[in-house]
Amino acid sequence: MARRKAPEVNAGSMADIAFLLLIFFLVTTTIETDSGLNRKLPPMEDVVDPPIIKERNIFTVVVNKYNQLLVEEKPLELVNLREEAVKFLDNGGGKGEEACAHCLGDRDPDSSDNPDKAVISLKNDRETDYKVYIAVQNELVAAYNVLRNREFKRLNPNLGLDFVQANKIYNDPRTSITEKERLKPLLGEVKLLFPQKLSEAEPSKTN
Amino acid sequence: MSKFKKKKGGDLPAISTASLPDIVFMLLFFFMVATVMRDNTLLVSNTLPAADQVQKLDKKDRVMYIYAGKPSARYQDKFGTQARIQLNDKFATVQDVAAFVLAEKASKRQELQNVLTTALKVDGDTKMGLISDIKQEMRKVNALKINYTTRVGDYSQNLN
Repeated sequence: MARRKAPEVNAGSMADIAFLLLIFFLVTTTIETDSGLNRKLPPMEDVVDPPIIKERNIFTVVVNKYNQLLVEEKPLELVNLREEAVKFLDNGGGKGEEACAHCLGDRDPDSSDNPDKAVISLKNDRETDYKVYIAVQNELVAAYNVLRNREFKRLNPNLGLDFVQANKIYNDPRTSITEKERLKPLLGEVKLLFPQKLSEAEPSKTN
Repeated sequence: MSKFKKKKGGDLPAISTASLPDIVFMLLFFFMVATVMRDNTLLVSNTLPAADQVQKLDKKDRVMYIYAGKPSARYQDKFGTQARIQLNDKFATVQDVAAFVLAEKASKRQELQNVLTTALKVDGDTKMGLISDIKQEMRKVNALKINYTTRVGDYSQNLN
């Protein structure tokens, strides 16, 4: 008896099966990278004698339990917060040693001396909504970013980047080390011109 | 001469689809490798607030997550509607946060232990009191780097 050849398996439906699996994984995949506002909490040590800061160098932002804003003792809408914060940080009212060469503000003697001295103080109520708190934080960070972008562009006009973009490249794990080494001093310089001094008070209890 | 005659026979040959499965398998393997299945089931509602001055949170191995918000609908008759903290698939109280942070820290590799970031995934409608309490607990165990995880969007979405 002649041996029969084993019939070949039809592989035509292989593609269908593979497609089915492919579509399953396509649908279930979430290539998510979280993003958010980075913050650093102050360490728990008790400060023995807190530094004395002049009233004009503090920009107070208070959010009450009805999610309303009180900025520098005056009620303010959230839309205007960024602008006000920029104005405060960029004021540069200091004289002599405390003068600020890179500030373009009004040089109002009743506002901050220079960005190095200027502190933004944020206080919220325990009943404040988290989303409003985030919006306020976002606007304050934005104010710093506006100024840092401006300085970064002024100092590195040929780079074609602003501070936020450069910082993003710097933090990207795919960026080469040489590129990082190149960007680091540039970023550091701008950070020094406008250091982020955002202090948070402990929330007040609602009466 | 008859040698060449065969080739002149009219029809175009059908394009071979034999390599199609290979291509599809290649894609399949890519997605299988790139897929990250959710590792935490959410017990709390978690509508993150929007912000646009955000920084990316890369490198999952150096991040730990703390969730907070109102319990989701099906846990509400058991846990109420007050905002709760969720750590690793379980509801927790503020006092558990410190222990959780230390445990997470200990489970990471030695060289990562000092660069850990805590991502706070908090529902937008939570009150700040709870978040301040979490922050106090984290200060106690010296976990100072935090990230308020947000959606990317304009801040005005938060105001209604």
